Amino acid sequence: MKIPEVTAGARILSFGGYQPDNVVTNADLAARIETSDEWIRSRVGIESRRIAGASESVSDMAVQAGGKALAGSGLSPTDIDLVIVATCTTEAPIPNAAAEVAARLGIASPGAFDLNAACAGFCYALGTAADTIRGGSARNVLVIGAEKMSAWVDANDRSTCIIFADGAGAAVVGPTAGTPGIGPVVWGSAGELAHRITIPDRTSFLRQDGQAVFRWATTSVHPIAAQACERAGVRIEDIAAFIPHQANLRIMEAIARRLGIPRAKLADDIAHAGNTSSASIPLALARMAEHGELESGSPVLLLGYGAGLCYAAQVITVP
Amino acid sequence: MTEQEILEGLGEIVEEIAGVPTADVTPSKSFVDDLDIDSLAMVEIAVAAQDKFGVEIPDDQLKDLATVQDVVNFVMKHTEG
Repeated sequence: MKIPEVTAGARILSFGGYQPDNVVTNADLAARIETSDEWIRSRVGIESRRIAGASESVSDMAVQAGGKALAGSGLSPTDIDLVIVATCTTEAPIPNAAAEVAARLGIASPGAFDLNAACAGFCYALGTAADTIRGGSARNVLVIGAEKMSAWVDANDRSTCIIFADGAGAAVVGPTAGTPGIGPVVWGSAGELAHRITIPDRTSFLRQDGQAVFRWATTSVHPIAAQACERAGVRIEDIAAFIPHQANLRIMEAIARRLGIPRAKLADDIAHAGNTSSASIPLALARMAEHGELESGSPVLLLGYGAGLCYAAQVITVP
Repeated sequence: MTEQEILEGLGEIVEEIAGVPTADVTPSKSFVDDLDIDSLAMVEIAVAAQDKFGVEIPDDQLKDLATVQDVVNFVMKHTEG
């Protein structure tokens, strides 16, 4: 048996983000359900969010974000040989989103699979992509996080509809002979708490035990982020930006405090994107890169956590 | 730990998490009605109390702890012996 020579490392070449056109403000929600702008801002740190149209699918959003990342990478679609879509909100179990998205982007016969680690999905997919490239099973990988949370959230449940939103974010990952740009992923799960965030069956809406999830996220998740820094050989104080899953600003601030990361380095894309599950980290990366908020070559700490309960973290270098 | 020490420690926690001056954190105050503390801040207070007093306050008990004195009593009870 022969196996390919191991590549030194993988790096991110580009990002792409997509948000649906429909902006839903807190005032819009307050006109429909019992809530208020002040209540939502103070509880979760969200000012507005985007909600997909009725006919806009997870794949539609993934194609938009993936197309932008592909265009920014300088690669041709035919250079991509693996597509991973992190999602937990596709309309149906089969077909998967990844193969359709690849075909619509003109990527010829790539490996294609969906990955469900809910809000930790992008970090899981990015870790998988990097290791796949290092192991020689793929050369360039398109990684996408895409979610239509609104399809699975009760629009009249004020504990969830104010939080969750729709969107997609993507990254193109390729090999490098130089310094690796994606550090080792540190991942794990707490299946004994699985019942805390669920969609019980195909006709139910998302349910979460807010207090229990809040306690878990603010007390149990931060060591993973510290481990990711340690394994990448990057000191936490040298991290240029901390991009946790945009779950709830108060959770994000609590995690940053425990890690000793100043507020100014904490990404708060949630204010105008809401909680888009696996799309939240790449959406934040794409927006921050587009606005010049991320310096090329600087280390950024990513941390995903959510339903499963699943969690993952890694350090990346900004392309 | 005396009752007064727990009250003072709890006051420091509430000030740090919710921005309520320590002097306002008196025994008869209700967290929700008087101090304007919501359910997520209560979880943060419970977590901080665990760090400070070494007493775990589970989520299912949290809803029964309406006043400052309730929390002081809970901590007293679980640190005895």
